[in-house]
Amino acid sequence: MKAEIITGAEIAIRSLQKENVKFVFGYPGGAVLNIYDAIFQQSSFKHVLVRHEQAAVHAADAYSRATGDVGVALVTSGPGATNAVTGIATAHMDSIPMVIISGQVPTHAIGQDAFQECDTVGITRPCVKHNFLVKDIKDIASTIKKAFYLAATGRPGPVLVDIPKDITAETAEFIYPENISLRSYNPVKHGHSGQINKALELLINAERPMVYSGGGVVLGNASEALTEFVKLLGLPITNTLMGLGGFPASHESFLGMLGMHGTYQANMAMQECDVLLAVGARFDDRVIGNPEHFLAKPKKIIHIDIDPASISKRVKIDIPIVGDVRLVLEDLISTFKTQKNKNSKTSDSEWLKAINQWKEKDCMSYEDDGTKIKPQKVIQKLHEITNGEAFITSDVGQHQMWAAQYYPFNKPRRWINSGGLGTMGVGLPYAMGCQLAFPDSQVACVTGEASIQMCIQELSTCKQFNLPVKIINLNNRYMGMVRQWQEFFYGNRYAESYMDALPDFVKLAESYGHVGMKIEKSSDIESALKEAFSPKLKERLVFLDFITDQTENVFPMVPSGKGLSEMILADGAEDL
Amino acid sequence: MRHIISLLMENESGALSRVSGLFSARGYNIESLSVAPTEDPSLSRMTIVTSGSDEIIEQIIKQLNKLIDVVKVLDLNDGRHIERELMLVKVKTSKQYRDEVQQLSNSFGGRIIDASENILIIEFTGASTELDNYLKSLNNSLVVEIIRTGASGIGRGDRVLKI
Ligand SMILES: Cc1ncc(C[n+]2csc(CCOP(=O)(O)OP(=O)(O)O)c2C)c(N)n1
Repeated sequence: MKAEIITGAEIAIRSLQKENVKFVFGYPGGAVLNIYDAIFQQSSFKHVLVRHEQAAVHAADAYSRATGDVGVALVTSGPGATNAVTGIATAHMDSIPMVIISGQVPTHAIGQDAFQECDTVGITRPCVKHNFLVKDIKDIASTIKKAFYLAATGRPGPVLVDIPKDITAETAEFIYPENISLRSYNPVKHGHSGQINKALELLINAERPMVYSGGGVVLGNASEALTEFVKLLGLPITNTLMGLGGFPASHESFLGMLGMHGTYQANMAMQECDVLLAVGARFDDRVIGNPEHFLAKPKKIIHIDIDPASISKRVKIDIPIVGDVRLVLEDLISTFKTQKNKNSKTSDSEWLKAINQWKEKDCMSYEDDGTKIKPQKVIQKLHEITNGEAFITSDVGQHQMWAAQYYPFNKPRRWINSGGLGTMGVGLPYAMGCQLAFPDSQVACVTGEASIQMCIQELSTCKQFNLPVKIINLNNRYMGMVRQWQEFFYGNRYAESYMDALPDFVKLAESYGHVGMKIEKSSDIESALKEAFSPKLKERLVFLDFITDQTENVFPMVPSGKGLSEMILADGAEDL
Repeated sequence: MRHIISLLMENESGALSRVSGLFSARGYNIESLSVAPTEDPSLSRMTIVTSGSDEIIEQIIKQLNKLIDVVKVLDLNDGRHIERELMLVKVKTSKQYRDEVQQLSNSFGGRIIDASENILIIEFTGASTELDNYLKSLNNSLVVEIIRTGASGIGRGDRVLKI
């Protein structure tokens, strides 16, 4: 069979079709006009026109987080590419598989400071898993194939393909490679069986075992295996911010989230355990606090991760197991089942008693006199009304922590937020990506009045594509998280953290063609949420502007640089 | 501790900046870095001299391996190896010092490769510390210019870096 001769732009589109891409999030411009012309003439995927390239990348990123598929964004050269950088860096920090296609000035103009030229490959190099500048039309298909392969395998991440305009107009044969292998890239799959045996022995003989799992479990589709293993051994477990939903929050072994705003019981158990199993997590500063303090209480650490560079990066690991977390957990399960000694020491032990005592602190209780709107309560009601089944996206700040703390997730890929880079502005585009992937599911974006304004223009995209996202704006008229740090650590000097001159969000939503609601009384929380999620508004985007208690703080809190057990609790905050 | 790391990478444009970018982004030291194509034109070989604690060196090796263009990495310090660096030194010599400079250079294994009325250019190859020692012995005021390539290294015996 003779291969067809088509343009470079068509080759790019056909390549995306070969990868079964369903959505491309993008924004046109000069350097990608040939590609857009080819998009106009195809119908296998849907192009979602955003209002800012940052949102294109965020939405594609969320599509990937929610589905597990590779997200795709398309931007033009120069400003299109630079606008995309925040989105790319955000995806990179959370290891999200994505392919970003950027237009570039024609090959003969590269290096001439041409109109809308920038060194996209150079600018994005530190924040991608890999990137390519395609210089020959013959390489377009194979490069896109490589990009998808690299994005989705090993430790996933964003891969950028920069395509100069001239080669999108040239013509060549379209041959899409069936397979790809790179001599320099061979991610491991199975963990070392010797290490697996050692890990199991350590866990079985532990007096105070603890499991800590992160985003790797979600990304590696390992929640089922993790849940089975943890249940088999009866181990207590905590999740990181990125790992929420990786283990069902309603299970009795779950101690809640750990870290800077983790629960008292999770942080204490992390600190006091004698054997720690870390799965798809990376011991980052917001999670384990000060590493020296963390290790002050001696413990043996087992670490399962796909990325060898994550092992012993911040904390020395005793038993590293490099491999796909799901496969390693499955191997652990099958090895455990063949063991003679199946009695782990944990059940009914002193350790579980200690944990139960920590739980009794009830660290997440908050005062509520029923007048001012407590942000925590809004999230709890949201959980109730959506039966804990919604996709919850968030921005960055106090509202993000409250969403993580008060909306327990029983399934992975339901909690969509920027954990690594902490990018304000992701919430709304994240909700778009989820809603497009799951049109019949409930999607709520928990945000703050500062964060939502960073990508507010996407209300227009939501109108165009009929995305009935529910925006839960916890409006405290402050950059709350900044204000909290200023209250605790900067003598109440609230430098530039007051949000002045706020828009009327109800009118703003209405002007974009959506429904707006302003909720000022605690007693109205439930009815407003019920209405927003009612069948009547099922097809509509609803912007719920909750005017919340302005000076509420997030507790517990481990101050930056302190140890995990050095938490500030709500009832101890007056002593600060 | 000082380590000398050798690696093979795809001979692609931008590969060098991926390596140097990694070092600057993560705050690792680079004492020297040299790179050239190999007998296989699709590969370049790079030698990096760096320093750091055992943990940092371990991270550097892992991070280098993680770069998609990097095919293979070898920490030469893990075994017996030979290290060589090339240095060219330009010295100003009046008649009176000329013999002295020549003798000193010879005793360090240097070779005069150019001589004009007041100027000698001397070529050395050796381990970096040997070159340092020569420079220490030389009267500083005579030195006009020094150029060093940075170290290259190779494992002894059957330790090879090859794909
Ligand atoms: C793009 C970006 N700029 C700045 C910050 C620093 N920052 C973290 S939280 C925060 C305040 C967020 O305020 P808001 O969205 O109102 O949420 P709240 O904390 O009040 O719930 C800021 C400015 C950030 N995370 N991202």
